[in-house]
Amino acid sequence: MSDPTSGSLVTTSPGEQPGLVAEAAPAPGAPPQQRDKPRGLLGDAWHDLRRKPIFWIAATFIVLFLLMAIVPQLFTSVDPEHDSNLSRSLVGPGSTGWFGYDLQGQDIYARTIYGARASIIVAVVATLGTVLFGSLVGVIAGFWGGWLDALLSRLADVFFGIPFVLGAIVILFTFNTSNSGRSTVRITTLVIIALVTLTWPVSMRIMRSSVLATKQADYIVAARALGASNTRIIFKHLIPNCLAPVLVYATILVGAFIGAEATLSFLGVGLQSPVISWGVIINESQNYIRVAPYWLLFPAAFLVTAVLSFVMLGEAVREALDPKLR
Amino acid sequence: MGRYVLRRLLQLIPVFFGTTILIYWLVWSVPGDPFAGKCGERACPDSYVQFMTDKYHLDDPLPIQYFHYMANLLTGDFGQTFGGRDIGGIIAAAYPNTIKLAFVALTIEGVIGLTAGVLSGLRRNGFLDNLVLVSTLFLLAIPTFVTGFVLQFLLGVQWKIISPTVSGDAPISQLIVPGFVLGSISMAYVARLTRTSIAENSRADYVRTAVAKGLPRRRVVGVHLLRNSLIPVITFLGTDLGALMGGAIVTEGIFGINGIGREVYRAIVTKEGATVVGIVVVLVMVYLLMNLVVDLLYAALDPRIRYE
Repeated sequence: MSDPTSGSLVTTSPGEQPGLVAEAAPAPGAPPQQRDKPRGLLGDAWHDLRRKPIFWIAATFIVLFLLMAIVPQLFTSVDPEHDSNLSRSLVGPGSTGWFGYDLQGQDIYARTIYGARASIIVAVVATLGTVLFGSLVGVIAGFWGGWLDALLSRLADVFFGIPFVLGAIVILFTFNTSNSGRSTVRITTLVIIALVTLTWPVSMRIMRSSVLATKQADYIVAARALGASNTRIIFKHLIPNCLAPVLVYATILVGAFIGAEATLSFLGVGLQSPVISWGVIINESQNYIRVAPYWLLFPAAFLVTAVLSFVMLGEAVREALDPKLR
Repeated sequence: MGRYVLRRLLQLIPVFFGTTILIYWLVWSVPGDPFAGKCGERACPDSYVQFMTDKYHLDDPLPIQYFHYMANLLTGDFGQTFGGRDIGGIIAAAYPNTIKLAFVALTIEGVIGLTAGVLSGLRRNGFLDNLVLVSTLFLLAIPTFVTGFVLQFLLGVQWKIISPTVSGDAPISQLIVPGFVLGSISMAYVARLTRTSIAENSRADYVRTAVAKGLPRRRVVGVHLLRNSLIPVITFLGTDLGALMGGAIVTEGIFGINGIGREVYRAIVTKEGATVVGIVVVLVMVYLLMNLVVDLLYAALDPRIRYE
């Protein structure tokens, strides 16, 4: 999934009424004593999720990758950066280096484990940024409508009209070349900003369309008749009821962003050398694929597993939140 | 319908200018000296700097530069690279290869995706259905460059079935594997979209009526079910064609295809600002027009949808 903006086309159904879920009857298999206590939207979804094996598989992998990102020392005691030894350059997988050694004689297993951190930080922070910013703009456009909506929608169209990979390359190449040194934080922030800049229109559109659908609902009209302020309506009534489609999109987006970051790093414009990420390792390995295919295949396998876990989680969450699929 | 088209075309204008201004600003204003490294190891001669500054109005403020550039562009003049090559010529040479690749990818994803989707949608929860669901999940999760590298390595280097790189004029036979790589993710989308659509429509009243009339199953599926289920799929394919023609940078890079994606990547790396802007303008225009065509196609295919 190298283009996160395409993910929205199939994986979400805009305009669905998530408010219906809260009223849905408890699942037939539920124990009778739970019938008394009505569950909210998320409680209902959680009840549904708990019984899906695919959810648990995905969740296990995600927890594993998160552990890798937080405490890589749990998985390997080798230093991924400074433990290079040219005498074992391009030595294949064996009992000491499980995944083999790269050109500098660095342990590929250790580098792959440490690579999880940058990949996951970029994906999670960029997802948060995209969802928060996009939803904010979407709520404003959908709630107030009129010329503000027209203006914000055209603005979103401008960013949506730029092909993703192309736009990201232009942004990163423009800002990444200054001679401010190769600071890890700076490079990571830039990649995150580029991802958010190019994908916020999608979550904006999802939010806007579900706000438009919910705005006319009876409970909003009732709240307004009771004299609730705009802020109260938005935060207490509108946002909780419009959250479901964006939530599903966000889960899948984490996976898509892991792939996107790897694609950009692979092209040489994303994260760069002092930072270790799966994309960076694959980028370093690409010229040696004929002599050392394992150098590319192991980090690629981790990458695919991570993306797959988040996409699977997103699918499970969507099925749990979608009343039509019950 | 006419009014709708007109309104959409008018809406395209601000989007077009917004996008091009954004790219123009990014490419020209932010990095320092546009002549750095353009003349080899030494600094550029003053006469050359003077000439290029005049030619691209580099001394003027950015809005005026942009205005001059657009005025030239609207007369069909894309300008020249710093080396003096005609940018219109570069685009004309590279674009046919990209279009060829896009159509190969579209054909592959359409044929395989539709077949898989129809078969699994007709028999939900069967073996084939689960197979399609699992395999599309994998396709969705593998980034294009990994698919590209692995296929190139296995088919091209290990088993020597295909040539690992595509030759200059890109014959269709060499584009099949790159096309598969390029279309693999959309193929998964097409399969899933078809499956959902078929499964949803097979519960529709008109299908039940058709079955009740005693029509053979073939006719029910082929005429009644398929025709209605394919509408969202075809619109997806249309949008996708727009995206495919704009962003094959990764695939073209891996397989060495002389297409627009490779050209634009090269231009970004060598800081040929005029080339980048020129190509992006073309790509954005193709993308926007494709989206418009798709919207109109939607109305043409589904008589229930009317635009005013």
